[in-house]
Amino acid sequence: MSLKIIVLAKQVPDTRNVGKDAMKEDGTINRAALPAIFNPEDLNALEQALRLKDTYPGTTVTLLTMGPGRAAEIIREGLYRGADGGYLLTDRAFAGADTLATSYALATAIKKIGDYDIIIGGRQAIDGDTAQVGPQVAEKLGLTQITYAEEILNVDEQSRRITVKRHIDGGVETVEGPLPIVITVNGSAAPCRPRNAKLVMKYKRALGAQEKNAAPACHPGVPEPSYPELYETRPYLNIPEWSVADVNGDLAQCGLSGSPTKVKAIQNIVFQAKESKTLTGSDQDVEDLIVELLANHTIG
Amino acid sequence: MNNVFVYCELEGTTVADVSLELLTKGRKLANQLNCQLEAIVAGSGLEGIEKQVMPYGVDKVHVFDAPGLFPYTSLPHASILINLFKEEKPQICLMGATVIGRDLGPRVSSALTSGLTADCTSLEIGSHEDKKAGKTYENLLYQIRPAFGGNIVATIINPEHRPQMATVREGVMKKEILDANYQGEVVKHDVAKYVPETDYVVKVIDRHVEKAKHNLKGAPIVVAGGYGMGSKEGFDMLFELAKELHAEVGASRAAVDAGFCEHDRQIGQTGVTVRPKLYIACGISGQIQHIAGMQDAGIIISINNDENAPINAIADYVINGTVEEVIPKMIKYYKQNSK
Repeated sequence: MSLKIIVLAKQVPDTRNVGKDAMKEDGTINRAALPAIFNPEDLNALEQALRLKDTYPGTTVTLLTMGPGRAAEIIREGLYRGADGGYLLTDRAFAGADTLATSYALATAIKKIGDYDIIIGGRQAIDGDTAQVGPQVAEKLGLTQITYAEEILNVDEQSRRITVKRHIDGGVETVEGPLPIVITVNGSAAPCRPRNAKLVMKYKRALGAQEKNAAPACHPGVPEPSYPELYETRPYLNIPEWSVADVNGDLAQCGLSGSPTKVKAIQNIVFQAKESKTLTGSDQDVEDLIVELLANHTIG
Repeated sequence: MNNVFVYCELEGTTVADVSLELLTKGRKLANQLNCQLEAIVAGSGLEGIEKQVMPYGVDKVHVFDAPGLFPYTSLPHASILINLFKEEKPQICLMGATVIGRDLGPRVSSALTSGLTADCTSLEIGSHEDKKAGKTYENLLYQIRPAFGGNIVATIINPEHRPQMATVREGVMKKEILDANYQGEVVKHDVAKYVPETDYVVKVIDRHVEKAKHNLKGAPIVVAGGYGMGSKEGFDMLFELAKELHAEVGASRAAVDAGFCEHDRQIGQTGVTVRPKLYIACGISGQIQHIAGMQDAGIIISINNDENAPINAIADYVINGTVEEVIPKMIKYYKQNSK
């Protein structure tokens, strides 16, 4: 039995290593100061997909990511670990999307890919921590879902059913559901295998169209496309990019305009917190501190 | 119509604490909005279930009782909410930010194209002026939550879409009985009208749940005590502060070894690792082994009479004073200033 697997992955700012320069003075996020990484739980999901590929020969693993041109890095990282290919969904019209508009965009791209048995991604991304995109993609595709997965135990060829061990509050549960299905993987699942040296050699010059067009100096770290003929003789080095039009997306459901939630206000915690304040045990000092913590919603 | 709804989560036939906390909050929101509070309960063998929720001020309980509804699986519960909401058109829907709530909420919000905000730490009612569109919205739900790894706090609104959906973690809101004899209406629904047979596709084969004694690991606020607390009685003061703040109590190894606190509350390299948004270290010197278990806390307050305690180096607020003096003051001023 061979399976068609789509892995949903996101490039995220590394919010776990936030320094003092992570916030600009106006309170917005200084993205340049934060390294962009492969969302950790998406790596757990990739590993589950690659294990199925090991178990069921002929299985294909395709990555799907949404982001700016530099997010092609996510596809390359997947290829280095054993994925077969990937698509970068990239368009200015996708920008500013909340989880609903994001899941709409991903679902349209998945429909364009067309052939799939399992759609798998991390439970949540570390920049938003919402855990919403997986179930929303499932709903948009009319599929069932298994969230908080820790391990895929078995896929039964005859019944086309998958058995998954998943985390629940205060315990674990083993569930069985039909293919095709959407699965989101918890951080407690097995870590992803490292890059494979041979695959790094094979794919290190794989680039998305925007990366190829960009002047190399603007994108430190991205390999220079110094051998243009390579991309004709080795088509697997071209990372496909899809726009809204490519996936027949409805602009009204994409990006900011497709997002029912709006951000009314942002409060910056980093700046308030990282300078140490010394107080006395006086009534005035203690009351001021409590009032401050209540005002910034640290305590409710 | 246009009421506040709370989805009540069940373990067996017991309503989860997080749902009772949300009913308490939902009652307050409903009072502010001058509307009713309604609860949804879906499971198996739910005779008399309304007795668990009514005392929190529920005006109407929607009961969905059928064999396939417990243990929870995604599709049947999602169909119940989606179809019920199409009829009832709630303005607000709250659910726990639990594994179940975070599985169910997004599915429902996607089907209804309504907005959903995960893991809110505060919910308020307020207005919003959209200057570009020249429109003012009254009585919106402010969904306040940390984002970006806890480095910012965002206030999210859904101006145009209903219901305004939010999930909230256990322990964030207070659970308070409004009136033990509160009388509301009970509506027993015909489950088959809401859930097509094809929804029962996922089978739960095996299930292990252990009731946790405390939730130190996931607590948003931790009050931790060290050897400086002096005694088991000293820790009683910490439990009192923790109760007020909806926090959990933790301890350093020195305090556990001295018998001030149970071993399962030990924080540090050989204990639990915690990442709360607020960590209040009381009489803890801050050995490196302890710091390893709490250094990722968002805001750290250190209360210590030793100005040179190592923990002060990583604290955001250092209170130079004795725990006996400072903690009762914190309790007092929290009671005075919180709503």
